[in-house]
Amino acid sequence: MSGLDIAGDDLQPKSFEFGPAELERVNVIIAKYPAAKKQSAVMPLLDLAQRQHGGWIPRAAIEYIADMLEMPSIRVWEVATFYTMYFLAPKGKHKVQVCTTTPCWLRGSDDVVAACKSHLGIGFGQVTTDGLFSLHEVECLGACVNAPMIQIDDDFYEDLDAASTARILDAFKAGERPKPGPQNGRHGSEPAKADPSGDDAQC
Amino acid sequence: MPKLKVDGVEVEVPKGATVLQACEAAGKEVPRFCYHDRLSIAGNCRMCLVEIKPGPPKPAASCAMPAGDNMEVFTDSPMVHHARKGVMEMLLINHPLDCPICDQGGECDLQDQAMGYGVASSRYDDVKRAVTEKHMGPLIKTFMTRCIHCTRCVRFMDEIAGVPAIGALGRGEHMEISTLEAGIASELSGNIIDLCPVGALTSKPYAFIARPWELTKTESIDVMDAVGSNIRIDARGPEVLRVLPRLHEDVNEEWISDKTRFAVDGLKRQRLDRAYVRGADGKLKPTSWQAALNVVADKLKATDAAATGVIAGDQTDCETLFAAKSLFHGLGVQNLDCRQDGAKLNGGPRGGYILNAGLAGVEAADRLLLIGCNPRIEAAVFNARIRKRWLAGGFKVGVIGHTGDLTYPAEAIDFDGAADFLEGAERPLTIVGAGALARADGAAILAQARALASVSEDWNGFGVLHTAASRVGGLDLGFLPGEGGLDVAGMLDAAASGALKTVYLLGADELDAAKLADAFVIYQGAIGDAGAHVADVILPGAAYTEKDGTYVNTEGRAQRAMRAVFPPGEGREDWSILRALSGALGAPLPFDDLRQLREAMIAACPALGAIDAQAPGDWGSFGVEGPIDPAPLASGVLNFYMTDPISRASATMAKCMAEFGGKATSERTEAHG
Repeated sequence: MSGLDIAGDDLQPKSFEFGPAELERVNVIIAKYPAAKKQSAVMPLLDLAQRQHGGWIPRAAIEYIADMLEMPSIRVWEVATFYTMYFLAPKGKHKVQVCTTTPCWLRGSDDVVAACKSHLGIGFGQVTTDGLFSLHEVECLGACVNAPMIQIDDDFYEDLDAASTARILDAFKAGERPKPGPQNGRHGSEPAKADPSGDDAQC
Repeated sequence: MPKLKVDGVEVEVPKGATVLQACEAAGKEVPRFCYHDRLSIAGNCRMCLVEIKPGPPKPAASCAMPAGDNMEVFTDSPMVHHARKGVMEMLLINHPLDCPICDQGGECDLQDQAMGYGVASSRYDDVKRAVTEKHMGPLIKTFMTRCIHCTRCVRFMDEIAGVPAIGALGRGEHMEISTLEAGIASELSGNIIDLCPVGALTSKPYAFIARPWELTKTESIDVMDAVGSNIRIDARGPEVLRVLPRLHEDVNEEWISDKTRFAVDGLKRQRLDRAYVRGADGKLKPTSWQAALNVVADKLKATDAAATGVIAGDQTDCETLFAAKSLFHGLGVQNLDCRQDGAKLNGGPRGGYILNAGLAGVEAADRLLLIGCNPRIEAAVFNARIRKRWLAGGFKVGVIGHTGDLTYPAEAIDFDGAADFLEGAERPLTIVGAGALARADGAAILAQARALASVSEDWNGFGVLHTAASRVGGLDLGFLPGEGGLDVAGMLDAAASGALKTVYLLGADELDAAKLADAFVIYQGAIGDAGAHVADVILPGAAYTEKDGTYVNTEGRAQRAMRAVFPPGEGREDWSILRALSGALGAPLPFDDLRQLREAMIAACPALGAIDAQAPGDWGSFGVEGPIDPAPLASGVLNFYMTDPISRASATMAKCMAEFGGKATSERTEAHG
């Protein structure tokens, strides 16, 4: 039930450094914060490291970022382990993150979870044998108005049900990138009914 | 100054005080787990909920709520009880019911508070959370399933120890307190055991040893360094099982160093528990007290007083020093010294060898100059206070000698730049370390430090940071070479050349014992260390836990240690050994018990009678002006974990050495760069 998902020593690279393009980004990011508070840059730098390093953050990168921002490495570890968007071990090419927090759960996230599990053949925290997908259970991603939803890589897929979930996963399997956003024809987070002044005029 | 009512009692608290502090001021007890006076406020355990009017109709966490004017606080209302019971139920959801096998049992905040707020049964059918054990080094045992995530340990390491080694990884139910499997490389790590309100962090050496109600608790004083930390010695039968800190705001607050806490297992090893005399075959043979004392008396009578020397060790109590001084002065011996390390302190005005402003005085200072000392390893608890001062802001630290990690930034300066560094400070503090004073040019460094120190009527900014618990007491008593007498280095050289025939070591082990090979050495002490190895007669003494004694800490505060257990075997209190020896010599010392000895001692040195008093010492001239060797100053302590016979005999300290090694001292703090 507990335990952190951190890659074993065999997978950990000995060292990590940002590439030249990333370093340029680093300078821009750090410049956003006062010099004395540069540890504020820890989250974007972790994200940068994850993108550079194939979708997960190795231990060396955490130490590297701690040094760079002159903060104790344990503080970087705290940030990296708190947020579900950071991965500390190699995962699937596409990370399917299903929100199961209360609003999504009330709107049917159980069906979405079941669809993901049966369609991908894996449980939470696991990676498909082809390495294409990994499935993750996450806390609220802030799209409650379009619940239930999943995040795949950087995109939100919202207003899901079992069928639309399966359709999206199939598209990813086929190498496509389906259009993010609501999957039930809704536009953005506009009212689900075309004319809000109709039945629910009092709303 | 907000005025508020707590359960109908009107209290006035300082601005910025919390509701919890107001409740305490009103004499109301508020249960808490995460809140701690000396740590930042976290507000995450929710146990301190109280009802506050006016305000929203829900309980408020009193630890994080500022006390406001005209508030009405209720700590005993139905709403409060209901809320606290709810919190307790939540805390216990994942807490194992393993109190019978938990080392915290009997002294556990959670256990105690569950008596008041716990419910008898669980409504929770789901599986409990289990967390893997963590490795936190040889001192701290973890049982993380018991953790209630109060984060006191995280905050302590971060804020007070200044070694941010612990963190809270993960979130929600998956949150874990972790060091990422690294030992905690801090000299104060043991304090998190006391801070942990549950049994998640417990003492590894003390694991499964005893229950708190089995222990005899003795309030005493620590001698592992010269801070004079107030401690409680917990013993069962003849065995000291553990040492805990006692509150003393002006000395150690409520912390102690890891050596103070964990070195006591050394008291069980290498003990000298009976008298020995070296036989004709060169081997030490056990003998009776009387026979050993007669050998010593005959030898002392046969040796010229000028060829006799006495060296006192770093943990010798004042009573023993006084008895030894009385005895050997009576014999005409002038070669007495209590400065094993060769510190160039020659008595003189008291202000010249104590930390005049007091350990707590650093909190009033606005600048600190450290000369040849590394408080982090020499006086770890004092270092935490320096860090506390630095955290409060408006404080600069300059160091002559090294620029290691003191847990606060320190500027490297030299003697030429020292005056500039102190310039403009209102209450600068200049502290000279034992390492600097032990150098050949120690007297010149002392004179230089005196010249740099700011001394006025209401502020004496000069201080010496000793590392030996007995040093200030020895200097107070004048346990120093008399007229024409030799100091330690002189005695060792004279012994090597054959000029000094008999040497009496009072627990003195931190010296070059090889030089004593040809002399007749009498070793009086508790532990078989360097001194006992070269001894011709061994008189078994008592360790600091086994005798009543007075110790004067580095700020000149006389404190009394109390006997917790009896010395093992035939060991005796040290002053009484000297009294017995004086009888064997036919010139009994004029005191028959400790009370009489103390009266005589205090008559000779009134400072030793002013128990727990601290004040700046007399001021005058001291030190000798002279050239200072440009070689970098180094700390007098090379290795935090092993400084004295007890810690050298301690298996726990040896484990710390193995785990932290050089990192513990020179590498970690770069003290010898």
